[in-house]
Amino acid sequence: MENNITVTIANSAGEINLEAPNDMGLNLMEFLKANDYEQIEGTCFGIALCATCHVRVLESFPLLKKQIDEEILLLETLPVIFENSRLSCQIELNKNLTKIKILIPN
Amino acid sequence: MITTDIAIIGAGPVGLFAIFETGLLKLRCHLIDYLPQAGGQLTEIYPKKPIYDIPGFPTIQAQELIDKLLKQAEPFKPTFTFGERVESLIKIKDKDFIITTHLGTKIHAQVVVIAGGLGCFEPRKPEVIGLEKFENEKGISYMIIDPEKYRNKKVVLAGGGDSALDWAIHLSNIASELTLVHRSESFRGSPHSVNQVIKLTEEKKIKVLLHSNLKEVQGKKMLENVTILNTKTNDVEIIQVDYLIPLFGLSPKLGPIADWGLNIDKNAIEVNIQDYSTNESGIYAIGDINTYQNKLKLILCGFHEAAIMAHSAYKYINPGAKYTMKYTTVSGVNSF
Repeated sequence: MENNITVTIANSAGEINLEAPNDMGLNLMEFLKANDYEQIEGTCFGIALCATCHVRVLESFPLLKKQIDEEILLLETLPVIFENSRLSCQIELNKNLTKIKILIPN
Repeated sequence: MITTDIAIIGAGPVGLFAIFETGLLKLRCHLIDYLPQAGGQLTEIYPKKPIYDIPGFPTIQAQELIDKLLKQAEPFKPTFTFGERVESLIKIKDKDFIITTHLGTKIHAQVVVIAGGLGCFEPRKPEVIGLEKFENEKGISYMIIDPEKYRNKKVVLAGGGDSALDWAIHLSNIASELTLVHRSESFRGSPHSVNQVIKLTEEKKIKVLLHSNLKEVQGKKMLENVTILNTKTNDVEIIQVDYLIPLFGLSPKLGPIADWGLNIDKNAIEVNIQDYSTNESGIYAIGDINTYQNKLKLILCGFHEAAIMAHSAYKYINPGAKYTMKYTTVSGVNSF
């Protein structure tokens, strides 16, 4: 659909595809929470403060908006991160994206 | 011992407005907050950010809102304990409560209101085998309170954020051996701190292990060794230590409140929407820390919850007493 982004969530059992609106100003953390992904806590409600919404972006990483300093420094404090680590609260679901594939670390 | 009618845990906007609402009912409040000042995350994290959804204020800066709430609460002479974390809560005489903070301050109250927002910020722990065994003064600390504790000791710091860099610089002149373990190949903290760490490494005051993760900790009663894995080469190094200090930032958690027997759902306290009381009589939870169906984590919703809670708390403290609600437009604000 024209106004949707296909969000693929990979896990050990396979992949799940969800459709997210690209015109509601949502971020990925809010979308994942709305879809009951309990591992995504988003305790600070999306102000890049708690790093409880850490995801690995497997596809479309280069299309995402550049990280702000707060996100870079916060990711740096986590015990384990990856080259494709992002805070999902900082990923805007907007018209720049048609699809994104992520993995939620344990 | 501090004695009050209502002990409010958390001095954020909702806790502050609760002073006003309970004050109108002639109830006195004492507030306790782990942060050194009132305002909660508004003051601590985003004081200059504009807020757009406070009724009557098309826009208001976060700190300005807190200043106004403090002013509004002033007639009711609230008292505060700052910089202390609430540790335990005991019910006495089936009705009253004694709250004790981590520094031993005791507060005797008839009602407890938890307005703790995000909760307390607690250190994030890495997944390392055997870590718990050496917590509580047996060699592993997650924050540095007194750097002198590490004088002439062998210390391993782990982490790559500003906090790890700053403490590495500080401890380099205190510890007898200092190793900084970081998982990636470079530091992304403030350039000044990074440069200083590089300089101290060249001067052999800090040993830096990059591409490295903590793997295991060992010791009999006290911590003795830390095993470090180099993720690039898969080499394992065992370092003799007195102290290991993992510094992986802070994450908001409910903290000791989670152990008070309250019904908790996903890091929030379940409440009865009739009056925002918890499953324990005399304890209420308002603001971002509570949860119920259709909960909206908005300051304005917290204000509403504070007003409803105040009337319920009045009835709890004064059983059988009749009270007719008065409007401030009619009776004004009668200060204590």
